[in-house]
Amino acid sequence: MAQNRDPSIKKSFRLIQLWTDERWRGLIFQFLLILALCILVAFIISNTIQNLKTAGMASGYDFIFDTASFDINQRLIEYSSTSTYGRAIIVGGLNTIVVAILGIFASTIIGFIAGILRLSRNFLISRLVGIYVEFIRNVPVLLQIIFWWVILLALPKVRDSLSIGDSIFLSNRGIRLPSPIYEEGSFWVLAAFIIAIALSLIIRRWSFKRQEVTGQTLPIWIIAPALIIFLPVIIFFMLGQPIGFETPVRSKFNLRGGFNVTPEFVALWLALSTYTAAFISEIVRAGISSVSAGQKEAARALGLKQNITMRKIILPQALRVIIPPLTSQYLNLTKNSSLAVAIGYQDIVSIGDTVLNQSGRVLEVISIFMLFYLTLSLATSAFMNWYNKKINLIER
Amino acid sequence: MDTPDLNYAGSNKSRPPPANTVGIIGWIRSNLLGGPVNTCLTLISCYILWLIVPPLLDWTIFNADFTGDSGRECTTEGACWAWLDQRIYQFLYGFYPPDSYWRVNLAIILLLPALAYVLFDKLPFSRQGRWFSLTYPFLATFLLIGGIGLEGITTDKFGGFMLNLVAGISGIVLSLPIGILLALGRRSKLPAIRILSVSFIEFIRGVPLITLLFVAVIILQLFLPPNVTLDQLVRVMIMITLFASAYMAEVIRGGLQAIPNGQYEAGKAMGLSYWQSMRLIILPQALKISIPGIVNTFIGLFKDTTLVIIIGLFDILGQARVLQTNPDWMGKVDYETFLIAAIFFFIVCFSISRYSINLEKRLDTDHD
Amino acid sequence: MKNKFLVAIVASATIALAACDGGIDPKAAKDKESSVTNAGTLDDVKKRGHLNCGINTGLPGFAYTDDKGNWQGFDVAFCQALAAAVLGDPSKVKYKNLTGKTRFPTLASGEIDVLSRNTTWTLQRDVELGFTFLGVNYYDGQGFIGRKSLGVKSAKELDGASVCIQTGTTTELNLADFFRANNIKYEPVPIETNSEARAGYLAERCDVYTTDASGLAATKSTFKDADKHMVFPEIISKEPLGPLVRQGDDQWADIGRWVLNALIVGEELGITKANVATMSSGTKNPEINRLLGTEGSIAKWLGLDPKWAMRAISANGNYAEIFEKYIGKNTPLGLARGQNALYNKGGILYAPPVR
Repeated sequence: MAQNRDPSIKKSFRLIQLWTDERWRGLIFQFLLILALCILVAFIISNTIQNLKTAGMASGYDFIFDTASFDINQRLIEYSSTSTYGRAIIVGGLNTIVVAILGIFASTIIGFIAGILRLSRNFLISRLVGIYVEFIRNVPVLLQIIFWWVILLALPKVRDSLSIGDSIFLSNRGIRLPSPIYEEGSFWVLAAFIIAIALSLIIRRWSFKRQEVTGQTLPIWIIAPALIIFLPVIIFFMLGQPIGFETPVRSKFNLRGGFNVTPEFVALWLALSTYTAAFISEIVRAGISSVSAGQKEAARALGLKQNITMRKIILPQALRVIIPPLTSQYLNLTKNSSLAVAIGYQDIVSIGDTVLNQSGRVLEVISIFMLFYLTLSLATSAFMNWYNKKINLIER
Repeated sequence: MDTPDLNYAGSNKSRPPPANTVGIIGWIRSNLLGGPVNTCLTLISCYILWLIVPPLLDWTIFNADFTGDSGRECTTEGACWAWLDQRIYQFLYGFYPPDSYWRVNLAIILLLPALAYVLFDKLPFSRQGRWFSLTYPFLATFLLIGGIGLEGITTDKFGGFMLNLVAGISGIVLSLPIGILLALGRRSKLPAIRILSVSFIEFIRGVPLITLLFVAVIILQLFLPPNVTLDQLVRVMIMITLFASAYMAEVIRGGLQAIPNGQYEAGKAMGLSYWQSMRLIILPQALKISIPGIVNTFIGLFKDTTLVIIIGLFDILGQARVLQTNPDWMGKVDYETFLIAAIFFFIVCFSISRYSINLEKRLDTDHD
Repeated sequence: MKNKFLVAIVASATIALAACDGGIDPKAAKDKESSVTNAGTLDDVKKRGHLNCGINTGLPGFAYTDDKGNWQGFDVAFCQALAAAVLGDPSKVKYKNLTGKTRFPTLASGEIDVLSRNTTWTLQRDVELGFTFLGVNYYDGQGFIGRKSLGVKSAKELDGASVCIQTGTTTELNLADFFRANNIKYEPVPIETNSEARAGYLAERCDVYTTDASGLAATKSTFKDADKHMVFPEIISKEPLGPLVRQGDDQWADIGRWVLNALIVGEELGITKANVATMSSGTKNPEINRLLGTEGSIAKWLGLDPKWAMRAISANGNYAEIFEKYIGKNTPLGLARGQNALYNKGGILYAPPVR
């Protein structure tokens, strides 16, 4: 054996050491484990090859260049039924990412509000939120997704759709919004928008510094939104309205034009957000309760108002307890979005299933699913770990 | 003796509090109407309640139909509950033969003592009880599938809520030993074992259960030698168990981390081997701390067993769909069947989670 | 110290990997393969004592459960006839309920012996996916149902409409083809199951619902206001539905094919569930005699015993009886025979001669 030649061990080596010496035992144990694993993998691979052959099943990843020949109703990139399977899967992946990101936003907001309200002195509201949390948490999310979809079907029919100023329409076929048409000069409006965001970040930082020195605060919550809204709007009018809007119009069957948010998307998004929010609210509640009462009393003694106490004293400390379990909730939400298949929201699993069914590439499609979700999970974890570290640094 | 007429603060009979701070009025004032924000919240809550509760009651009870042989006899605007008396058994037991329902019931009833002997030390006959807990999985399998002396029932007859229970409970029970090994592996000093454990745990936790279920139905059979076929339910349970064991490993790892280092060192100082100190010192404490986490994992897994509908098994949601496609009931029972399924899950999960909170509190005081 | 251990681990891993290499030696795999063939399904079924049959998870008329939870329906009846022919007992079937996505992998993996799940016979499935279709037990075609109030007379006037479709089926592809060929825009509304599609259509989530014509009729029959809806005249695809098996076991495919043919020939020759027992003791018609095993040796060619066809027909009757029992005029589906009538009665149902 190769290990026997190791000079430092050789001198005093006796065969019995292979079992009695902890290091040798560990080494042998690991070797055997890897060997067993390899044999298992080899066994599986050879079986699979053989089974694929006897069943006459096609295999290989070349199918992603074949024509998909089915349509997808929600697509963030160019896609038609003449596109390839590969493109269809990318469209599905983007749809998953969209619902996951929006779900994470909504569930965080709802969850924090619910968690704070649950601790409210108001008996009625804290009980009401308690009932919401307990009911939602204890019913399968799949059931809730289907439930929301059925509820959304009860919205007005398309011919009686509710409209706001004849440009936004709400019906059981979704929410139809005006879609922007970019003309020459629209670049500058977008640039102004980005500059406004950057400016308000700088102002915010400066105002914090000023506060530390002088104790005076700026009404940053008014300045920043005003900047972000008005700067692009001013540029927009200065350049002669380079961005047009295509408003939806009623046509024979449907509303035409504009941008449609399908009820399947909304149902999935609502179900995932409210479900995850119920868990997040419990995490937030536990986090707030973990901040010692002395902190709150100290803030009151300093004469801080209740909402400032919450925002500046309690939440920042609670966040350190909240972030790690929050990460796993975000991951759960992302993974639960795969249940979209039950209501026909065309996420990666739903589209992948169709591809799998048409092309017969079983192993390949499922490996794509797994790779996609693993990447997404790792990315989310990495981001949350970074954020967690950033928050922890503030600790003094 | 004269009592000096001293006015001690304590001896002075205190005046009653103002009438509007005690009793119902005081409670309402302080809890519902204290300040403008609070009053606003109360009003909003009342509005939400008024919006939801009366229509819901109307639909479920006052306007509902309770009798009839088919959906055509449900004529009111409310819910149609007429299917309940005929079909509720399929919701509970799936396609299991009706004259064998007692076997399922018995298996579930016997589960309670089996669990109790695992969870609590201070029960009578604890020695025999432990043995009973150990044999319970085999006993339950025998009861459900049959064999010697009992009529054999194939797993394709499993369905309804019973399928959710079987998949959830066996998933958790089987995942416990695997989860312990993975948790120990993740904390192992041997790099190969640590890397393997970490990659397994992170892989399983990184993908949705539905993809693992697809593997169970579609792919797992390809991995087996030709001529060897595994029962579909067995394959599904294998994947559910693997799925649960990754989460279980993380819960138990949390428990292991909470054990102070002194305990590990004490074990070593006494000359115990790794496995001895794990078995006798570390794991009993770590598992005890992990019980609430394990219960939460169970609730999560139990709810996730509904996903088997997507791969064509007939759990309680599957039974709901079977009824929805039955020509006699089509279009009449879409909400009702799902509501019943939701209620079943709520009852089971809510009571378990309440119990878990209880347990958590009790375990907490043990450490004080 | 740690480094040395790592080196040792890597070394051992290399050795182990070398062992793995041996495991997937292509030659070894090839040797194994030659010893395993796909043949012998008949023997497997006989040894097992029951037939594994893949059916739908629920489709009115074609596969559904009664109050006791027993599966029945037009597609299920074929499984029962096959079990009766091969094993002598129509109840010796173990049903696997399969979704549109799990059906092909399940059949390919050998978990089921036959798939009888309203599956369209297409070139790709026959050739690339490696299956053998046993024939056609229902000629279907994809159509549209819509409200009369739309004022549309033809599917070609559906420009801009929302269309409900079931995912994972050929209907999704046909739909895309049809609208592309006619240069019409539409919004597809993919939906997982028939019951949800029905709910979506009734709630006007979509303007029209497209699926196989049989499914449209079944769905329409359950509407409260069925006369306010119409099925459009266009049938945009051919959907020959039939049972299928894995490629590579010709004997098993032959048996399945001829059980199906026996049911059709049974209708042609007037062999019914009621009279099949008396007919099987001999008649004047040589074709009936050959089929029912009193003359000739077709059973031997198939590898079955002479009474196979008698048992297949006595399970649920001949094709016409099965049709009327589950999906015909007197059922909630109320389907007319139409194309599925015998070739000599205005349809295209045609079984090769039994000789």
